[in-house]
Amino acid sequence: MTLFWDYTLNGIANGMIYASLALALVLIFRATRIIPFAQGAAGMLTTFIAFSLISRGWGYWWVFVVALLIGFAIGAVTQRVLIRPLAGKSELNPVIVTIGLLVVFEGLAGAIYGNASRGFPAAFSQRGLHIGSTTIAFSAFDVFIVVAVLVLMTAMLILFRFTTLGLRMRASAFSREIARLLGVRVGLLLTLGWGLAGIAGSLAALLAAPTRSFSPYYMDLIFVYSFTAAVIGGLESPVGALVGGVISGLCISYVGGYLGSGLEPLGALALLMVALMARPEGIFARPPARRV
Amino acid sequence: MIRHLLAAVLGGVVLWYLTTQLSSYNDYQVGEIACYVVVLAGLSLLTGANGQISLGHGAFMAVGAYTLGLLMTHTATNFILELAAAAGVAAVVGVVIGLPATRLKGPYLAGMTLLFALAVPSIADKWPATFGGDQGLTVTAPTAPGSLGQEEWLTWIQILGALIVLVLLANLLWSRYGRAFRAVRDDEIAASLTGIHVARTKVMAFSISAACAGLGGALLALSTGVVNTGSYSLTLSIQLLAAMVLGGTGTLFGMVWGGILLVYLPQWSTSLSSDFNLGSGANAYLATIIFGVVLIVAMLAAPNGIQGGLRWLWAHRPRQGGSDHAAPTPVPVSAGD
Amino acid sequence: MRRRARRLTGWALWARAVVAGLMGCALGVMLVPATAQAASTPGVTSSSITIGATVPLTGPAAPGYDEIAPAMNAVFDWANAHGGVDGRKIHYTYLDDGYNPANTATLTRKMVLQDNIFADVGSLGTPTQSSVQPFLNQQKVPQLFIESGCNCWNNSKYPLSLGWQPPYTIDGKILGAYIKANFAGKKIGYLSQADEFGQDVVKGLDMEIPKSSVVSRQTYDASTLSGALSNQMAALKAAGAQVVVLATIPAATALAMLPAAVIGYSPQYVVDSVGADAPTVGPLLQSFAQKGGATAAQVAAAGGLLNGVITTAYFAPESETSNPWVQTEKKILQQYAPSLYAKSGLDGNTQYGVALAYTFVQALQKAGKNLTRQSLMNAINSEGHKFVTPGFVPLSYSSSVHFGFQGEQVVQLKSSAPPAVTPTGSWIGGVPVGPVETTNAGSGPINKYTGPTSTPPKSLSSTA
Repeated sequence: MTLFWDYTLNGIANGMIYASLALALVLIFRATRIIPFAQGAAGMLTTFIAFSLISRGWGYWWVFVVALLIGFAIGAVTQRVLIRPLAGKSELNPVIVTIGLLVVFEGLAGAIYGNASRGFPAAFSQRGLHIGSTTIAFSAFDVFIVVAVLVLMTAMLILFRFTTLGLRMRASAFSREIARLLGVRVGLLLTLGWGLAGIAGSLAALLAAPTRSFSPYYMDLIFVYSFTAAVIGGLESPVGALVGGVISGLCISYVGGYLGSGLEPLGALALLMVALMARPEGIFARPPARRV
Repeated sequence: MIRHLLAAVLGGVVLWYLTTQLSSYNDYQVGEIACYVVVLAGLSLLTGANGQISLGHGAFMAVGAYTLGLLMTHTATNFILELAAAAGVAAVVGVVIGLPATRLKGPYLAGMTLLFALAVPSIADKWPATFGGDQGLTVTAPTAPGSLGQEEWLTWIQILGALIVLVLLANLLWSRYGRAFRAVRDDEIAASLTGIHVARTKVMAFSISAACAGLGGALLALSTGVVNTGSYSLTLSIQLLAAMVLGGTGTLFGMVWGGILLVYLPQWSTSLSSDFNLGSGANAYLATIIFGVVLIVAMLAAPNGIQGGLRWLWAHRPRQGGSDHAAPTPVPVSAGD
Repeated sequence: MRRRARRLTGWALWARAVVAGLMGCALGVMLVPATAQAASTPGVTSSSITIGATVPLTGPAAPGYDEIAPAMNAVFDWANAHGGVDGRKIHYTYLDDGYNPANTATLTRKMVLQDNIFADVGSLGTPTQSSVQPFLNQQKVPQLFIESGCNCWNNSKYPLSLGWQPPYTIDGKILGAYIKANFAGKKIGYLSQADEFGQDVVKGLDMEIPKSSVVSRQTYDASTLSGALSNQMAALKAAGAQVVVLATIPAATALAMLPAAVIGYSPQYVVDSVGADAPTVGPLLQSFAQKGGATAAQVAAAGGLLNGVITTAYFAPESETSNPWVQTEKKILQQYAPSLYAKSGLDGNTQYGVALAYTFVQALQKAGKNLTRQSLMNAINSEGHKFVTPGFVPLSYSSSVHFGFQGEQVVQLKSSAPPAVTPTGSWIGGVPVGPVETTNAGSGPINKYTGPTSTPPKSLSSTA
C-alpha cells in the first residue's frame, strides 16, 4: 500500500510538470491553432541560460525570474519573426518551422554547453518529507513544483477571466476577424499569448531539470507527455491542461510502477485512445456544434 | 494510367543508367532515397489528399521492417511475398490506429500518432526474445544474379518498389477513391451527403498510407541488413513529416525531393559544419543547427514545398517576347503528377 | 571584323576548355575504379593508414562517450609524431551517429565504400555496432575493439568483430561472487537497463547469486529514460532489498540514487563499471544538495552518495595518481589533446580511449610492414595476449575468443577526506577490496589472476 502512495506522489509531481508545459501548448494553440514542437526545447534553452547564471554566482530566485522573462522573450520573438509571416498558409508550415526550431535549440545548447554531465540545482531540499516516522516520496521541492504550477494557473485564469486584456485575448482567439473589427490589436495579443506560453514552458523546464539528467534533450519526452496531457484536457482549456497533466502523470506512474517502465509509452497511448474515444475533442472541450 | 506507367518506365530507365554509373555508396544512397519516397508518398496521400496528419509513420516503418525480419527469421517463403506481408501487416495496424482517428481532428490525431511512434519501439524493447533486442533481427536481401554488385542489385529492387508504389498511388488518386479522399478532406458533411462513407474513407486512406510506410521500412531494412529499435526513434517520424512538407504536401513527385533531403541534408550539413573547425563536439552540434535552420528557411522561402516552389517558378518563368505579367497558373492541389 | 574574330577566338578557347575539362572528368571517372583495384589493401598506402569509427557526439548518449574518440586520436597523433607505424601515418576519422543504428549503417557504408577505410576502430554501442556487424564482415573490414561489452561479439560467424572491454556477463559474475561471499543472507535487488547490457549483467549475477535471495528485479527503458527512477527505487525499498545492484548507464545511476535518497533509502549499492565512473556520475549527483546557495560541504555530501559504492575496475582509476599508466595517460592527453584534457581531464572515458588506441597501434606494429587486413587480424589473434595495456589482466584474443579483457577487480569507491571538489571531479576513487580475477562469459569458473601486469613502455611514458 505504501508503494501505491509512492507511485501516486511521483505521478502528481511529474503530472504538474506536464501540466505546466501543457498549459503552454494550450495558450499557443488557442492563439494561433498550431502545436509548437519547440516549446519544450525553448524551456530547456532558458534553463541552460539559468544554469550559467547560477554558476556565475547569481542567486536562485533572481535567476528564476530572469529565466521566466527569457522564456517570454523567446516565445514572443518566435511568434513575431517566424510564425507571423506564415499566417494564412497551410497549418502545417508553422509546425515544421517549430520542428526546425526544436532542432536549432537543441543544437545550440549542445554546441555552447557541450555534453558534460551536470546537475541543475533545486529551489528547496529534495529530501522526502516526514509523516510521523515514515519518509514519503514527496520533498519540499515537490511541494514547490505543485505550488508554482498552481500559482501560474491561477494567474492565467485571473488574466483571462477578470481583465480586459484577457477578454481581448480570448476574443482574438475566438475570432480574429471580429476582434479586429472591434478594434482589438490582434497581432500584438497573439505575440503576448506566445510570450505567456514561453513563461509556462520555461517554468516546466526549470522545475523538471533537478530531477532529470540535465542535457539538451531532457524536455523531449516531457514534451510528448505534455502534448498527451493537453490533448486529453482539450487543447483549448487551461483547466483541462492541469487535469490532463495530473491524469497523465498518474497513469504513466502506475503503468511504469506496476507493469514495467518499458510500457509507459504504451500506457499513455492507451489512456489517450480511451479518452479520445469518449471525448474526441478532450475532456474540457465545449460540446461540438455540428455545422452544415 | 498509361501516362503514369510511361513516366515510371522512363524514370526507371534513367535511374537504371544512373546506378550503373555511380559508385556503390552512391547506389546505396539512391536506394535509401527510393525507400523514403515510398514512405513519403504514403504520407503525402494521407495529408495532402485526405487531410489527416500522422506523426507516427516512423513506427509504421518499424512494423514493416520487423514483419520482414520475423518472416525471414522463422520462415523461408518467397521474398516478394515477405515484402507484401510487411506492407499488409502495416496496413492492418494502420486500420487499428486509423479507426479512432476517424473521429479526431488535426492536432488530436497528431498527439495520438506521436505517442504511437514512441510506443512501438518500446514494445520491441519489452520482448527482446521475439524482436531480437539490441542486436535486432537479421534481414538478408536475395543475392544478386550473376556478376552484379550486391549494392547495385539492392538499389534496383528499391527503385522498382518505389516506381510501382508511385504508379499505383497516382492511379489511385485519379480513381473514384482518390476523389472520395479529397471530398472528405474538403468537407466531411458535404462528402457524406454525396453518399461517401466518411469514416470508411478515412480509415482506408490511413491504412494505405501505413502500408506504404511498412513497405518502405521493409525495403530500407534490406539496405541495413539489421532491424533494431534504435533506428525508429521519434525523430524519424518527425523528420518524415518535415520532409513531406518540404517536398510539397500532396504531390507525389515532390516526395523525391523529400527523400533526397532526408538522405543528403544530414550529410551536407555535417560536411558544411566541418569547415568551421570548432572541435568534434561543437562541429557535430553545428551540423544539427544547420539542419534546423535549413528547415526553417526552406519553409519560409517555399511555403508550398520544393515542388510547389518549382511550379511557381515555372509559372513565372520569363517568356521571350511575351508580357511579363502572364497570369500565373494556379498551383494544383491534387496529386496528379 | 577584327573584333568579331577576336570574339570567336574567345568562344573557341571556352569550347576547348570545356572539352578538355570533360575529358579530364571522364578520365578521372575511369581512373578511380582502376586505382582502387590496383591497391592491394584499401586504406593503406606506403605512407598512410586510414581508419574510421562511428561514435555518439550528439544526442542523449553523447555525454562522456564523446570523449573516447578524441582521446584515441591523441595516441595516433603521438604515434604520427614519432614517425607513424612502419613509416605510415594513421588518419583517424570519427563520425557522429548519435547512437542511432540507422545512422551507423549509413555512415559505416560511407567509410567503407567511399572513404575506403582499412578498419573500423573504436566504434561505440551494442545496437549501433550490431547493425553493421554483418556488413563489415561481409566486406572483410575488421571491426576492431568495439566499445561495448555485449556477449554478441564472440560469434564465430563474424571473425572480424572484436570487443575490447570485459563482457558485461563477466562484470555480473565477478560482482555476483563478491556479493555472495560478502553479503550472505542479505536481501538483494536488481535495477537493470532493459537491453542487452542490463540482461547480460543480470545473467552473470544470476550465475552466482542464489535466486531465492533476489527479492526484486526492476528495469528501466533507456530510450524513454527522462525522469528520476523513483518508482523502481520505491519498489526495491518496499521489497526490503539491502543490497541493490545497478546495471545502469552513468545518468541512470544518478537518477536511481537521487530518488532513493529522497525516500531515505540507503542500501549498499553495487554498480556495474559502466555506470560507476565517478567523474561522470558525481556532477549529476551534486544537484541533490545544491539549492539556493548550498555550501561546499553540502555539495560534497551529495557526491557522498557514491561513497562506499562497490564496482569493478579493469585498469587503474584516474584517482591513483602515482600509477605509471595513469601518469602516462595524463601526459599523452596533455600534450596531444590539450583542449580535451582541459574540458574532461582524466576520467574513465579518456583513459579508455588512450588504452584502446594504444592496443591498435601495437596491433599495427605486430602486423608488420606488409600490412593487410588479414595480417592485422593474425597479429591480434596470435600476439594479442602479449600486448602492453593498462589492464590488470592481459588481452585474451585468439581465433576463438573475440573478447579483449576477461578479468577485473572488485573495488570500492571512497571519497578522499576532506573531499576536494574540482571541475573534473577527481575526488573519489576505487580502492581494491578483492583480488584480480579472471573468468569467461560462459559458465567457466572464476579464478584468481596471479600473472604479471604490464608497465607502460618507455617510448610512450617518456614522451614529451
